[in-house]
Amino acid sequence: MKYTPIIGLEVHVELKTSSKMFCRCSADYFGKEPNTHTCPVCLGMPGALPVPNKKAIEWCVKIALSLGCTINKESKFDRKNYYYPDLAKGYQISQYDQPFGEHGHISLKSGKAIRIRRVHMEEDTGKLIHQTIDGEKASLIDFNRSGVPLVEIVTEPDFSSAEEVKEYLQKLQLVVRYLEVSNADMEKGDMRLEPNISLSTDPKQLPKYKVEVKNINSFRFVEKAINFEIKRQEDLLTKGKTPQQETRGWDENKGVTFSQRVKEEANDYRYFPEPDIPPITFTDAEISTLRSRVPELQEEKILRFGREFSLAPYDAEILTRDRSLANFFEESVKVGKAHGINPKQIANYIINKKVDTSTQLPASLVKNIVIATQTTQVDETELQKIIDDVLTENTKAVEDFKNGKEASLMFLVGQIMRKFDKKVDVNQVKDALLHKLHGN
Amino acid sequence: MDLYSLSITESLEKLKQKKLSSVELTTACLNRIKKTNKALNALITVTDEAALDAAKHADLLRAQGENLPLLGIPMVIKDNFCTKGVRTTASSKVLDNFIPPYNATVTERLLQAGIVMLGKANMDAWAHGSSTETSDYGPSKNPWNKGYLPGGSSGGTAASVAADQAIGGIGSETAGSIRQPASWCGIVGLKPTYGRVSRYGVIAMGSSLDSPGPMTKTVSDSALVLQVLAGKDPLDATSLPHEVPNYSQSRENPLAGVKIGISDDYFEGVDKEVVSAVTAAIKEYEKLGATIKKIKLFQPKYAIAVYTILQRSEVSSNLARYDGIRYGYGRDRFGDEAKRRIMLGTFTLSAGYYDAYYKKALQVRTLIIDDFKRAFQDVDVIMGPTSPSTALPLGSSKNHPMFGEMADVLVEPSSIAGLPGINIPCGFSKNNLPIGLQIIGPKLSEQKLINIAYKFEKATDYHTKKPSL
Repeated sequence: MKYTPIIGLEVHVELKTSSKMFCRCSADYFGKEPNTHTCPVCLGMPGALPVPNKKAIEWCVKIALSLGCTINKESKFDRKNYYYPDLAKGYQISQYDQPFGEHGHISLKSGKAIRIRRVHMEEDTGKLIHQTIDGEKASLIDFNRSGVPLVEIVTEPDFSSAEEVKEYLQKLQLVVRYLEVSNADMEKGDMRLEPNISLSTDPKQLPKYKVEVKNINSFRFVEKAINFEIKRQEDLLTKGKTPQQETRGWDENKGVTFSQRVKEEANDYRYFPEPDIPPITFTDAEISTLRSRVPELQEEKILRFGREFSLAPYDAEILTRDRSLANFFEESVKVGKAHGINPKQIANYIINKKVDTSTQLPASLVKNIVIATQTTQVDETELQKIIDDVLTENTKAVEDFKNGKEASLMFLVGQIMRKFDKKVDVNQVKDALLHKLHGN
Repeated sequence: MDLYSLSITESLEKLKQKKLSSVELTTACLNRIKKTNKALNALITVTDEAALDAAKHADLLRAQGENLPLLGIPMVIKDNFCTKGVRTTASSKVLDNFIPPYNATVTERLLQAGIVMLGKANMDAWAHGSSTETSDYGPSKNPWNKGYLPGGSSGGTAASVAADQAIGGIGSETAGSIRQPASWCGIVGLKPTYGRVSRYGVIAMGSSLDSPGPMTKTVSDSALVLQVLAGKDPLDATSLPHEVPNYSQSRENPLAGVKIGISDDYFEGVDKEVVSAVTAAIKEYEKLGATIKKIKLFQPKYAIAVYTILQRSEVSSNLARYDGIRYGYGRDRFGDEAKRRIMLGTFTLSAGYYDAYYKKALQVRTLIIDDFKRAFQDVDVIMGPTSPSTALPLGSSKNHPMFGEMADVLVEPSSIAGLPGINIPCGFSKNNLPIGLQIIGPKLSEQKLINIAYKFEKATDYHTKKPSL
C-alpha cells in the first residue's frame, strides 16, 4: 500500500522586544542569572496584572501581514488554564477564537502553497532545570523567560514531505528576520517547532490519529525526525497496526523519536476571555499603517534585483538570504556606479569572496574590486615573455597537454602565475597560454 | 469627644489647625483597637509600631508645610490589598506567610497621600462570602451587636470603621462586598465604577467585577478617599482613562430636578423594617426636592445566576496560581467555600459547558447592562435597600452555600453592569441594627452619587450614631 505523509506544523517564534509581553521586565533572558529578570507580574504573584506590550502586538500583526493573513479587527486575549510548575499563574495568556491573524500562506518553490491557519500572540513560560544539589535531586524554576512574547504560527496539514517542511521553515525564518522582530535562532530557542505527522492512503482524508513531535532544535533535526516518523508509522501500518495518537520527543543522539505522552482525549484548557485585558481593536487605518511598515521581503527583492541589476535568480537568492547583506549589496551598487563597477561584478565579488559585511563598508568593498580589477591588467609583452620561458622550462608538460592531458594546462598556468610578484587575472593568463599553445 | 470617633474631614481640619497631631490621633486609634479588637476580630494584622512611625513622619511633614490630601489619617486596609513588607493573606491560611514585596496601587496611592496604616482588616477568605465567616482567622463581629455578623466580604473594614478603630477604611467589592457590610455596620460604603480604581495588587476574586473603594464614617470622607484612589493606572489595563472630577466640589448641589428611580422588584422579599426605613428615606429625598419615579428593571434574581457563573469561572482560574510551589502552603489549605467555587467554576468553563454557562452568562450580562442604560435615560439614580435584611446572627452563613448571593441580591445587578453605588445609613431596626439605603448611578456618576448621598446625610443624623462598645 502507498502511504502519503500528512504533516502540519506549529511554530513558536520568540520576539526580541526589549521588554516582556505583560510587564516591563527585560525580555533578554538568554544566559542570564536565574530569576533576575522578574517582577510580581511575570512571577504571577497575588494581585499582579498583565498590561500588554503594544510593540509585541504590532510585531505579531506584521508577521501575520507578511504571511498574507487577514487581520481580525476585533481580537482578544484568552486564558489557557493548565497546571505546570513553570507556569506561574496556572494559566497562560494566549489567544483562542480571535487570533490577530488568520488565513495566510507561504508559497514553496514548487508553487505549492502551505496554508497558514492562524497567527496568534501568547506568553512564554518559565524554565525547569533538573539538578542534583547536595546529593539530592531537585527541580528548579527560572522565571526569566516567563512572559516573554511568543508568536505562534499554525499551518493547515498541507505538507507531504520533510523537505517541504524544511523549505517552509527557512522561508518563515527569513520573514521574521527580515521584519527584525526575532533572531529566530533555533539553538537559542527563539524558534520552536512542533510538527504533527500522520500517514494516509488517501491524501484527501485525514487519518484518525496524529503524532506530535517536540524538542526539535534545528532544521536538520526536523527533517530527520519527520523522516524517522514516516518510516516508523509506515512500518506499523504495513503490519496492520494503527500508530497511537501521542506526543513524542526527539532524541538527537540516537536519531529516534520516543513516546512522551499518550493523549487519551483532547486536553481541556477551559479557555475563557482574559478579564484583565480589554479586547483589542484595529481600524483599517491602523492595519494599513502596519502594512506600510512591513519591509520588502525576500521574494519581492529577488524579483527586483533581477529587474534592476540583471542578476540571475540564483545570485539574487544568495544576496537576499539576509536583509543586511541585501542592503549592503545595494549600497555597494550605488558606490560602485561612480567607479564604473557594475552590479554583476559586485554580486560576484560578494558571493565568491564570501565578504563579511559586518566588518566591511560598501565603499571599501568597491575599492577592493577596483584594485582587483587593476592588478589583472598584466603587460602583454611581459606576459608573452614569461609564457615563453615557462614553456621552454616545461617541455614535458607541454607534450602532455598536446597528448590530451588537460591537467597539464592548469599546471602551466600555475607556473606562469608564480613568476609574477603580484596577483594576476587567471583568465587572462589562461587565454594567452591557450592562444600560444594552439598557435604553435 | 473621643479622638477616634472623628471623621476624616474633621480630623484633617484639626490637623491643619494644629489642634491635633497625627501621633495623638493614631495613638487613640491604636488604644481603641487594643480595647475592642479582641471581641470584634475586625483586624487580623495590627502594625502599631509602623503606624506610630508613620504618624510621627506625617506630623513632621505637616510641620514642614506639607499638605497631602490624607496626611496623618489613620486607616485600615482590607487584607486582600498587597502591602509591601506587611503580611497579606486575603484571610486564607494558604497565604498565612505571604509578605508582598510590592504595594497594590490603592495602597501606594494612599501612602503617597499621607495615610497612616493601622493594620489589615479581616474578610471572607479570598473575598468569598458576605459574612466574614469563611475567614480562616475567624469571623468578625458586628460592633452594634457582637452576636451578629458584620457582613462581608469587607466585614473587617466595616466593623473596624464602625467601631472607631480607625478614621477610615478601604474595602473591595465584587458584588456587594463594600455596600452590604457598610449597610450592616451603619457606615458609608462607596463602590466605584468598575475600572475607576485600579485593581493592581488586589488579590483577584472576580477580575471582571472587582472594584476597590472607600468605607468611611461620612459621605464627605468617601469623596476625599475616592479622590486619592481614582484614576488611570498604567499597571491595570482595565482601569479607565477618563478624567477624575473633583468629588467634594459639587456635594452641596441642590437636589431640585434630580429624578430618582424606584423599582418594586428591589423591595420584594425584603424585611419590613428595612422597607419602611428605605421608603422613609426616599420620602425625605422628595422633601429635599427630588422627584420619585417608578421604573421597571430586570428582576434582580437573574443577576444571581449570571454573577455566580462569571465569578466562579474567574475564581477557578484566579486561584490556580496557589499551586503549593511558592507560598509555603498547598491547595489543601483552601476552605470549603473556595473549593466549592473552584469546582463550580471549573465545571462552567469545561469543554461542552462553556457555551451553556459562561457564554450564556456573558450574553445575559449584556442584557442587564442595557436594562440599566435604558433606566438611566429616565432617571438620574436608582434607590433601594442595600440588603434584604439587617445584620444576621453569627453562624447564619453556615450550611448556606448561596448565603452571599442571597444577602447581595440587591447589589449584584449593578455590580454585573459595572455601575457605581453607595450605601448610606438610613435608620435602625427595633433591635438597634443599622439599615442601609443604596443609590446606584450610571457609569462614572460617582460625583452625582456623592452629591445625592451627602444631601441626605446632612438632613439626617443616622451617621452620627455610634455603637456602645
